Amino acid sequence: MTTTSRARPVLSMTGVSKRFGAVQALKDVDFHVSAGEVVALVGDNGAGKSTLVKAIAGVYLPDEGSVLFDGQEVSIHSPAEAQRLGIATVFQDLALCDNLDVVGNLFLGSEWIHGRVLDEVGMEKESWRLFKELSAKIPSVRVPVASLSGGQRQTVAIARSLLGQPKVVMLDEPTAALGVAQTAEVLNLVERLRENGLAVILISHNMSDVMAVADRIDVLRLGRNNGEFLVRETTTQEIIAAITGATNNVVTARAARREAKENA
Amino acid sequence: MSTEQPPALIDETAAPLPADLQDERLIGGRGLQGGFAATVSRLRTGDLGSAPVIIGLIIIWGVFQILRPEFLSSTNLVNLSLDMAAIGTTALGVVLVLLLGEIDLSVGSMAGLSGAVLAVAYVSHGWPWWAAVLASLATGVAVGAFYGFLYNRFGVPAFVITLAGLLAFLGLQLLVLGKLGTINFPYDRAFFKFANLSFLPKWLSYVLVLIAVAGFLAARIRMSRQRSAAGLSTTPMAVIGLRSGLLLLGLLVAVFVLNRDRGVSYMVLMFLLLVLVMDFAIRRTRWGRSVMAVGGNVEAARRSGINVTRVYLSVFALCSTFAALGGIFFAARLGAANQSSGTGDYNLNAIASAVIGGTSLFGGRGSAYSAVLGILVIQSISSGLNLLNLDSSIRYMVTGAVLLIAVTVDSLSRRSRAAHGRA
Repeated sequence: MTTTSRARPVLSMTGVSKRFGAVQALKDVDFHVSAGEVVALVGDNGAGKSTLVKAIAGVYLPDEGSVLFDGQEVSIHSPAEAQRLGIATVFQDLALCDNLDVVGNLFLGSEWIHGRVLDEVGMEKESWRLFKELSAKIPSVRVPVASLSGGQRQTVAIARSLLGQPKVVMLDEPTAALGVAQTAEVLNLVERLRENGLAVILISHNMSDVMAVADRIDVLRLGRNNGEFLVRETTTQEIIAAITGATNNVVTARAARREAKENA
Repeated sequence: MSTEQPPALIDETAAPLPADLQDERLIGGRGLQGGFAATVSRLRTGDLGSAPVIIGLIIIWGVFQILRPEFLSSTNLVNLSLDMAAIGTTALGVVLVLLLGEIDLSVGSMAGLSGAVLAVAYVSHGWPWWAAVLASLATGVAVGAFYGFLYNRFGVPAFVITLAGLLAFLGLQLLVLGKLGTINFPYDRAFFKFANLSFLPKWLSYVLVLIAVAGFLAARIRMSRQRSAAGLSTTPMAVIGLRSGLLLLGLLVAVFVLNRDRGVSYMVLMFLLLVLVMDFAIRRTRWGRSVMAVGGNVEAARRSGINVTRVYLSVFALCSTFAALGGIFFAARLGAANQSSGTGDYNLNAIASAVIGGTSLFGGRGSAYSAVLGILVIQSISSGLNLLNLDSSIRYMVTGAVLLIAVTVDSLSRRSRAAHGRA
């Protein structure tokens, strides 16, 4: 596994703040993610995860701070603009049409057209190519999505987000409602996205999932950064401490550790 | 779970298995037997499609044929076909609205209003026939667009909007007809002649059957070729051949029976062509896909960038336009537009046809063909009970019972589909 902290980030946000009335939802938050890297965004309820996610997805515009995408200063005004830039978001409720088949859902809103008619054959071929690329197992792309398992539905939703050739994929609680095997399936998928050179942002409450696939963990607490950890150098305890604020000096502790290493 | 298996199990060089049949969990044989087994399994798990309505139709025809041997006579069937066109066309519009999971309760009033506009323009004002038709259809477009606007702008449930329309446009119909209350079309001119006396030449009807079957066959073969070129599974030629054969046989028998009397009416042909066009639009165009998506999950459709308001607007407008065309057919067949046109059971028959034919009331499931199948059931009951000289009281009750059965079958098969994972 390569660390990508040396690589130039695809998406980087610095000093981002967002207020809702009297509430400071985000305060001076820094966040960045590079190609081929899985960054987990964790934090308690109300820590500002959703606000940050929505700021990236174009739902909210931050009050302050700068957003760099591919080295260019951008401001993302709408979800459509985020998609155009190459930021794909898979929301928790997946937003699939149960009555349509897998192909219909994958290409919903961006159907391939042959003349004035849907290019069903082309779309089906492309779906198989996509699932193969993800090594995802979908028994048939011509069954209604309602008949798929939770993990397969998540796979379809993730595959759909990849159709627009995004550079950043944001997954909101992808394993929240899944069983053991299905969770493993989705985590495999996340690793596959990384291998394909995408920047993946994973929002999750499940520490074991986070420790299993993420390269780096960004902790938010009460709207501020509360530590950044490389997974191979940290422990679940340390993360939980940062999330809950049990130790106020994680950041300093980390800095001290790094200093010690550099000196050694 | 299959995740532990290395993907290398799929040997691409050795196995010419199509890309969509490679998953080892898929059940199903190939060839004619495989196709047959798949159909049986689909029916057993509640994906009934049009099976219940076809079985129902066979029972209804059987019973009436036993009671009145002239029921299946060519004369009666030609009359039945002529009576189908008006309400069937209206039902076609209702199918579209139901696919969205909405309803239009005012199609009867719309049809009545359209007939009134047609009669006033053509008979009272002496407009050419095409101008009168355009005026009627334009009324339909305007009414539907108005519904769509109200729905999109204010979020009023379609049920309420169209209930208001039911009353309001009945009033407008009476107003347009004026004091006379009834306007008769001349029996030797455009409309009456078109709806009652215009039939295809017999040779032409057979030629059309051959063209239809050849078109079906060609489309299937072309699809198969494209799929195999793309490395996907294809329908076996035997299945395609069998289906084409059955289609040819069915159409030939129908046309032969009708041709022993007056034949196939131009009006009926027009209705059937409209059904074919709408079926194509629903299944094979982007617009149809968005209609199905909105009917399945509005929020998902909106988030995937579909212009949901435009879908609603277009569907409401189309539904009212089909209702207006149905009204034209109805007035032409009757030879008059009067105050009771489009009232009574017209409205509910149109809605019932769509539901009986297999379009779900819950949105997102159904097809244009349900308009044909449904109206065939309703008109058969109506015609059979007429032959038995039964009162309209009985007719209403029987039609009501059939509608109830159809909706129950829909609900039950919905539950079964959910249990068997067929959505």
